[in-house]
Amino acid sequence: MLTLRKAFAGFAAGLTVMTAGAALAATHGEHMRETKFSFEGPLGKFDRGALQRGYKVYAEVCSSCHSMNLVYFRNLAQKGGPFYDEKHPNPNNSPYAKALAAGVMVPDIDQETGDPITRAGTPADHFKAPFPNEAAARASNGGALPPDLSVIAMAREGGAHYIYSLLTGYHEPPKGLRVPTGQHYNPYMAGDLASYWDGPKDKVPAGGLIAMPPQLTPDRVTFDDGVKATPDQMAHDVATFLAWAAEPKAEERKQTGLAVMIYLIIFTGLLYASYRRIWKNVAH
Amino acid sequence: MSGPSTYEPKTGFERWLDTRLPIIRMAHDTALDFPTPKNLNYWWTFGGILAVCLVVQIISGVILAMHYVPNADLAFNSVQRIMRDVNYGWMIRYIHANGASMFFLAVYIHIARGMYYGSYKAPREVLWILGCVIYLLMMATGFMGYVLPWGQMSFYGAVVITNLFSAFDGIIPGLGTAITTWLWGGFAVDNATLNRFFSLHYLLPFMIAGVVGLHIWALHVPGNNNPTGVEVRSKEDTVPFHPYYTVKDGFAIGAFMILFAWFVFFAPEALGHADNYVPANPLATPAHIVPEWYFLPFYAILRAIPDKLLGVLAMFGSIGLLFVLPWLDTSKVKSMRYRPTARWFFLIFIAATLGLGWCGGKLPDDVVIAVGRDETGAATGFTVVWLSRILAVYYYAYFLLVLPLLGLTEKTLPLPDGISSPVLSKGGAAVPAGATASPEKKG
Repeated sequence: MLTLRKAFAGFAAGLTVMTAGAALAATHGEHMRETKFSFEGPLGKFDRGALQRGYKVYAEVCSSCHSMNLVYFRNLAQKGGPFYDEKHPNPNNSPYAKALAAGVMVPDIDQETGDPITRAGTPADHFKAPFPNEAAARASNGGALPPDLSVIAMAREGGAHYIYSLLTGYHEPPKGLRVPTGQHYNPYMAGDLASYWDGPKDKVPAGGLIAMPPQLTPDRVTFDDGVKATPDQMAHDVATFLAWAAEPKAEERKQTGLAVMIYLIIFTGLLYASYRRIWKNVAH
Repeated sequence: MSGPSTYEPKTGFERWLDTRLPIIRMAHDTALDFPTPKNLNYWWTFGGILAVCLVVQIISGVILAMHYVPNADLAFNSVQRIMRDVNYGWMIRYIHANGASMFFLAVYIHIARGMYYGSYKAPREVLWILGCVIYLLMMATGFMGYVLPWGQMSFYGAVVITNLFSAFDGIIPGLGTAITTWLWGGFAVDNATLNRFFSLHYLLPFMIAGVVGLHIWALHVPGNNNPTGVEVRSKEDTVPFHPYYTVKDGFAIGAFMILFAWFVFFAPEALGHADNYVPANPLATPAHIVPEWYFLPFYAILRAIPDKLLGVLAMFGSIGLLFVLPWLDTSKVKSMRYRPTARWFFLIFIAATLGLGWCGGKLPDDVVIAVGRDETGAATGFTVVWLSRILAVYYYAYFLLVLPLLGLTEKTLPLPDGISSPVLSKGGAAVPAGATASPEKKG
C-alpha cells in the first residue's frame, strides 16, 4: 500500500487545489471582477479606514432598503470593529458607538403607556431595519425583498468579491435581452436569462435580473477621510464592511490560529522525537 | 482479556478497590499493558484519532447546546449569536462543524485500512460489524447536526433525505408516506422536525460512545490485526500498548490536529456551503441541493438510478454491503500485501468511490466528456449520471463479484512465518524456504 507520507503529500496537493478552486468558484455568472482585499489570506486583516468608509456607505445608501438585524451598534466599537479604540475596551461605553447609535431613531414601547414610540438608539440596539416587516419591504420595492445584509458576505459564493462585482457590474443589457420594468440586468447576479433572451440560443448572456437599480453613483457619499468616493471605491469599502459584519471575529480567529499552529507544530515535533526515542530499540 | 492480567495492586487502596471493582485492573490491561503487534504502521493510528474526534465532538457539542435554540424561528439567529456574542463561540462552532468533516475523513481512512489489510476476517467479524454500526450512527448524527443551523441547505437537505423514505410507497402504498409523516412529526419539515433532530443529535453520540466501548472490547479479545495479516504468535511479536503505541498514536493525533486546526482557523467554510447562511425558507428552493462532502458517493449512487425506490435501495445497499463483507471475501489471506491482484481491484475501488463522490457534487446532466453541442450551444456527451452508473456498478461488483470470486482463484504471495520475520528481513518476501505458511491453517 502506498505509504502514508505519499498519501499526505497527495492530500496536501488536493487541499491546495481545493482551496484554489473555492477561491475561484465564481458562481454560474461571469468571473468576478479583479480586485484584492486586505483581509484575504491566512493572516489578512481588515483595513480600518475601509471599514469606516464602508459603514458610511451602508448607513447612507444601503440601509434605506436593507436591514442588518444581527449587527449592533456596540459591534462597531468592539475589538476588530471599524471604530474600536483601545481607550474604550467596553464597546457599550464607547463614545463612537454611542454617537453613531444616537443618530438613529429606533422603535420601542413606552414603558408607562405601552404605546409604540421611537427613541434615540443606544449601543445595545441593532441597526435599524428600514421596514417594519417583509410585506412592507416588498410593497416598497416592487415585490422584491431586499435581503438582510448581516451575513450576506458568507451567504453568497465569492463573498466580498461577489458584492464588489455586483455593485460595480451593472451595464446596459445586451441587445436582445428583454428586461422587465422594475428589473435591471447584472452579469454577476445569479439567474437564468434564457426566457428573456431573443438572440441566438447559444449566446444567452451570463448573469440575471436584479430589482435593485445601480446605487453607487460618483460622490454618492462624502468620505470623512477625504478619499474620493468613486463607485469602485465605495463598492470596495462596503464589501469590506459587509465581510467584517458577516464574521466580526475573523481577525481574532486568524490570530488565534497562528498561535495554535505554532503550539501544535512544536508539540507534535516533541511527540515525534519521543516516538523515535521509545521505539529506538524495537525492530519493526 | 487477552491472556492473564499482569496488574499488581501497589497501594492499600488499590488492593481494596481491586477486590470490589477491578476498574484499575481493566484500565491497566486494556490501555497500558495490552500486547500489541509491533509492526503496526501509521494507517493503524486512525483508531486513536477517531476516539479523539468523538471526544472533541461531544465536548464542543455539549457547549454549543448551551447556547443553541432548537426552534424554527430562532435557530438560525441563535447560531449567529454563538458566532458573534458567545466567548470563543466562533471557535467552538467551527471546531464542531469542521470536526464532523475530520471525523468522517478519519473514519473513511480507518475503514479503507480495514478493507486493505483484511481486518474484517475471522476472528474479527463482530469487531468489523460494530464498526459498521458506529459508521451508520455517525451518518445519522452528521445528517441531523447539519439540519440544526436551519439554513437553506439544512432545510432542503432534511427535505430530500426524509423524502427518501416515501419511496417505500412503491412497496406498500401509504407505507412511505406514513414513515415520512412520522419522521417529520407533521406534514412537512418544520419546527417539530427540528426539535426531534436536535434531541436525537444529542442522543446518538452517546450511543456511538457505547458502541465504541463494544468495538474496543471486541478488539481486545482477538487483539489487533497487523499489516502482514499473520496472527501474533508469541510475545516477541508484540510490544505493550503503553508507551509504544500511546506515543505513536499521540504523534499521529498531533499531526491530525494540525490539519484540523488549519481548517478551523484558516478555512472554516471551505467544506461548507454559502446557501446555509441564508435562513431556511420553505418557499424558495435553492438551485442546487448538495449534501455534505462525506455523503456525496452515496448521493451519486442514489441519483444514478432513475427509479426512486431502486435508487434508495441501491444507496442503503451500498452501506449494507459493508456489514456482510466478512462473508463476501473468500480469500484466506488477510492482508492485500500478499494479494497482488486484489490490491489492484482495491485501488480501483477507492478510485471509484472517490469518483462517485465527485459525481455527487455535480449536477447529473453535467457533461464529463463533451462530444457535440445541442442547438443552445451547450455541450452534450458523456454525462455525470452515466459516469455515476459505471462507478456504482464497479462499487457493487467489487463486493459481489471481485471479492467472492477472486479469493477462490487468485495466486497469493507466500506469507511470512510470523510478524517478526518480515520485520527482521525488512521486506516480507524474503522468507526462509519451506517456511511458507499455509494460509488455510490460519484463523
